[in-house]
Amino acid sequence: MTTLLRHGKVELALHHLRDTGDGATATTRPLLILHGLGEASPAAVPTWAATWPGPVAALDFTGHGASTIPRGGGYTAELLLGDADAALAALTGDDSSRSITVLGRGLGAYIALQLAGARAAQVHGTVLTDGPGLAGGPTGPTSQSFFSLPPATTASPDPYALVELGRDLRPPDYATQFVRLALAGSDLDRPITVSSVFRPEWLDAVAREHGVVEAPLDEALAGYAHA
Amino acid sequence: MPEARAHRRTLDDVTTVNPITSPTDTATGELPYPGAEHPARQYRLDANGLGIAVHEWGDPDDPPLLLVHGGFDFARTYDAFAPKLAAGGWRVVAWDQRGHGDSEHPELYSWDADMRDALTVFDHASPGRPLPVVGHSKGGALMTQLADAQPFRFTHLVNMDGIPFNRRIPDVAEHERTRMLADEIAGWLDHRRRTATARRKPGTIDELAARRGRMNPRLPVEWLRRLVTVGGFESDDGWRWKIDPSMRFGGFGPWRPEWTLMRMPGLPMPFLGILGREMEEMGWGTPPDKVLPYLPADGRCEILDDVGHFVHIEQPDLVSSLVLDFIGGAA
Repeated sequence: MTTLLRHGKVELALHHLRDTGDGATATTRPLLILHGLGEASPAAVPTWAATWPGPVAALDFTGHGASTIPRGGGYTAELLLGDADAALAALTGDDSSRSITVLGRGLGAYIALQLAGARAAQVHGTVLTDGPGLAGGPTGPTSQSFFSLPPATTASPDPYALVELGRDLRPPDYATQFVRLALAGSDLDRPITVSSVFRPEWLDAVAREHGVVEAPLDEALAGYAHA
Repeated sequence: MPEARAHRRTLDDVTTVNPITSPTDTATGELPYPGAEHPARQYRLDANGLGIAVHEWGDPDDPPLLLVHGGFDFARTYDAFAPKLAAGGWRVVAWDQRGHGDSEHPELYSWDADMRDALTVFDHASPGRPLPVVGHSKGGALMTQLADAQPFRFTHLVNMDGIPFNRRIPDVAEHERTRMLADEIAGWLDHRRRTATARRKPGTIDELAARRGRMNPRLPVEWLRRLVTVGGFESDDGWRWKIDPSMRFGGFGPWRPEWTLMRMPGLPMPFLGILGREMEEMGWGTPPDKVLPYLPADGRCEILDDVGHFVHIEQPDLVSSLVLDFIGGAA
C-alpha cells in the first residue's frame, strides 16, 4: 500500500512494504528506508532489510519515484530532511512519544543522519549505508557555475535533483553537528551506526564521533530492533 | 546551453503571452509616494517551467541595467529608486524572485534555483552582452557569487548592503549552541509540517504596514503603506502580502556567510559597495570596516552615516547618483 503525504506543495509517496511485525521478537516500531540519489523506493522489503522484525516503509523523496516533480529545481538536503520528517510524522501518527528506526542508502544516509539529529527523541537508531549519492558535493565553497537543464526526457527522477543533490556542500563539521544533536536527544548511547564500505569525508568524520559505531547492516538492524 | 535558450522569448512575445494580472495590476489601487512610479512594462518570463515576473522602468530602447531585490522584498520596492536610474538613460529591469511579488510560488526554494532564475532574466534582458547590475541585500550576495562564477555577464557590479558577514554570538557554551541548533531545526521542521495549508495573516493596509515597520523601523510609514498596495493583495477578509506563506526567516544549512566575502577580492569588473552604518534586523549586520580588506582591485566602498539597510529607499537621490556616476553614461 502507498500513502500520499503533503510536504508543502509536494506530494510524497510513502510505500508500506510490510505492515506488521512477525514472530516472537516482533516490534511495532517501523523501519523507514530512505533511498539513494536517482533511485526510488523498492517495491518489496529488500533482502538486506528482511531481518527487521517489524513494519517496513520506504519514502520516495521529492523528484523521485511516485513523488512530485517540482518546477525549476531548487533541491537541498535540508528540503529532503523535511520529506523524511513528513514520513516520520505519518509513521508515528503525529505522536511524539512514538519512534522509528531509519536506514539510509547513499543520499538517503546523509538525510537519515540529519533526521537522527533533528528528531533525536523519535529516531530510535539510524543506519547509514552505501548507495548512490553518498559522497555529495565538495566540503567548502567552489567555483561551480549555474545553468539550466534541458527539459527532462523521463518522468522521474528529476534531472535537477540529480545535479543539485549530487553537488550539495557537505562540510564534515556540519555533518557532525547532527551526531551531537542525536546523542543529546536520543535515549540510545549509540544512536548512529555506519555500515557503509565507502567513507566520503563527511561520513568519515561522522564515523569518528562519539556515539557512532561501525557494524554490518544486519548487525546494525538487529541491534536497534532489540535495544 | 541551446536547449535552455529555447525557453527564452522576446520582450514582445512575453508581454503579449504572459501579462501579469493581479489585484494591484492597475496603478489606481496603489497608494502614492513621492518619486514612486508604476513600472512602464510588466510581464512574466518562463524560467524552466516557473513564471518569473519582470518589471521595467525607462525607455525600452535604452541600454539595460538590472536591479536585484533582497530576501522578503520584491521588485516593486524599487518603485522610487528605479525611475531615478531610468532618468539617467537606462532601461531598468527588475524581477521578483521565485515566491516573491508577482512571480509564481514554486515547490522548492534554494540559492542555486534563485541563481538559475536570474540567468533567465539576464539572457532575456541582455542576450550575449554584459550589463551593469545592482543588487540589494540577498540580491547583492547572489550577484556577487554570480559575478565570480560568470564575470562575462557584468560590466559593473553594485552591492547595496548585501555583503554577508558571520555574526557568531560569542561566549555561548558548546552545549548551549547544540540546544539552540536543535530548537532552530525543530522549529523549521514544525513550520514545514504546516506549510501545506499556511496562509499569511490578513489585515488592513495600516496593519500590514505596521508589521513591516517593525522589521524596517527606519522607513517612512507612507512608503510602507504603498508597499502593501503593490506587494500585497486584497481579499474579503483583508490584505495579505503576496509572498509565499511557506517562506520563513532563518533556516539552516551548510552555507556560511564568509564564503561570499571570499569571492569579492577576485572580481574583475568595477565594483561599488554601498553600506549603511546603522545595523538593522533585515541586514547582514556587516561592519563596514570588515569589508574594506576584501574589496577587489577595481573596487571601492561608500559608507553612509545615519543610513540603515535600505540605502536606496532612505537616500534614493544620493544612492542613485552614486550608481549613475559609477556606471557612467548609458552607451
